[in-house]
Amino acid sequence: MIMKAALAAALLAGSLGAAADSVVEQGKQVAFDRKKGNCLTCHQMEGGTLAGNWGPPLMAMKARYPNKEDLRAQIWDPTKRNPMTSMPPFGRNGILTEAEIDLVVEFVHSL
Amino acid sequence: MKTLTQLTLALSVAVSGAAFASPEADQKAFQKFYESRFSQVAEGDFINGVYSILPAAREQWEAIEEFPPYEPEVEIGEELYNTAFANGKSFADCFDTPAQRENYPYWDADREMVVTMERAINECRTANGEKAWGWKKGKIAALSAYMSYESRGQEISVTIPEGDEGALAAYNAGKEMFYTKRGQLNFSCSDCHMYGAGLNARADTMSPAFGHASHWPVYRSKWQAMGTLHRRFGGCNTNIRAKPFKAQGPEYSNLEYFLTYMSNGLEFNGPGARK
Ligand code: HEC
Ligand code: HEC
Repeated sequence: MIMKAALAAALLAGSLGAAADSVVEQGKQVAFDRKKGNCLTCHQMEGGTLAGNWGPPLMAMKARYPNKEDLRAQIWDPTKRNPMTSMPPFGRNGILTEAEIDLVVEFVHSL
Repeated sequence: MKTLTQLTLALSVAVSGAAFASPEADQKAFQKFYESRFSQVAEGDFINGVYSILPAAREQWEAIEEFPPYEPEVEIGEELYNTAFANGKSFADCFDTPAQRENYPYWDADREMVVTMERAINECRTANGEKAWGWKKGKIAALSAYMSYESRGQEISVTIPEGDEGALAAYNAGKEMFYTKRGQLNFSCSDCHMYGAGLNARADTMSPAFGHASHWPVYRSKWQAMGTLHRRFGGCNTNIRAKPFKAQGPEYSNLEYFLTYMSNGLEFNGPGARK
């Protein structure tokens, strides 16, 4: 019994880890897809090529955004913080779905 | 980040400060913005678009200009200019010379509208019983290319007639179009060509809007053909997922009026060649 529980726990932990990885991976795909986030148009991001330099490179994001909600808000509607920004309002204008934004947040937060 | 913030601030001052300013003051602030941001650009060189700020790409472009891709179009345009309409008249009966660029765009006070050179070309046709050409490419671009070629070196000197409310309103409408965010991606022309000028979207460097109106029509390798300025406006609007306005409609004509006025003092150097 004890063995079984430990195994189950290990399996659970393993699959959770894999699931977490894949959320970041899925977020990366949405972020890099030219028809979705297309974030590389403006931001250098690790793992991406041919990035533009319109916006700042996205790195050390956990330090910049200890609170994930703030990061989400920046992606959902960057004009809240800076009305003049040229970064598109991905959530407000429905460029990405709420679920896609959640994925992108996970990916960007991992950078 | 610091530079971005500073630029944004400078821009918002330029824009909001211009909100109640006269066209003359707007123009001064506009030209100064580019001249100080790109102080390395020689006087008058903004007419060369993105190549005025990208020395590396410029070499390649100058090589292309040695065998200009627009040359065959200029020849077709010359032939069109000299071919008689069915009624025996020709463009030479509408224009005293093909070198017309410096006269456009202008505010027609009687009709209360901005008249571009392309509009004048088609109005010459319809006045002589011919069908109007399509506005964005093909014959109108060829004739416009010939006329621009003949006009090279003329000075851009658009006027907004003093005391004419309609002209001022058209100018202001064009100005508003330039600075207003639109489309699903929420971009204004100024986001890309003022704030973004010199920055890269992927591998594309965005050109300064100072000089934007100098060199039309343009042979674009992407089009594999010539296109008019309004065709380009439509393309830029489509890219930001906004519905483009009609070529030669009031929106783009007013935009051309504003944009050309902003470049007063530069030379016309059309037709152009671009990526
Ligand atoms: C067209 C340009 C553009 C695109 C596309 C773009 N951004 Fe931005 N982004 C900017 C600019 C410019 C800034 C600088 C801040 C400002 O303008 O207010 C910025 C800032 C940010 C910031 C804040 C950085 C910080 O240090 O606070 C984050 C996070 C961000 N972008 C994420 C994204 C993500 C994720 C995407 C894609 C889903 C994206 N951006 C797409 C232009 C862009
Ligand atoms: C999202 C960015 C973006 C927006 C918004 C945008 N443009 Fe562009 N535009 C470009 C890029 C990129 C090019 C091609 C490179 C270049 O020459 O700037 C271009 C090219 C042009 C050119 C040709 C420049 C030349 O030298 O031949 C003109 C004119 C122009 N845009 C005008 C406009 C106007 C007017 C608007 C608004 C109605 C606008 N653009 C909106 C990105 C944009």
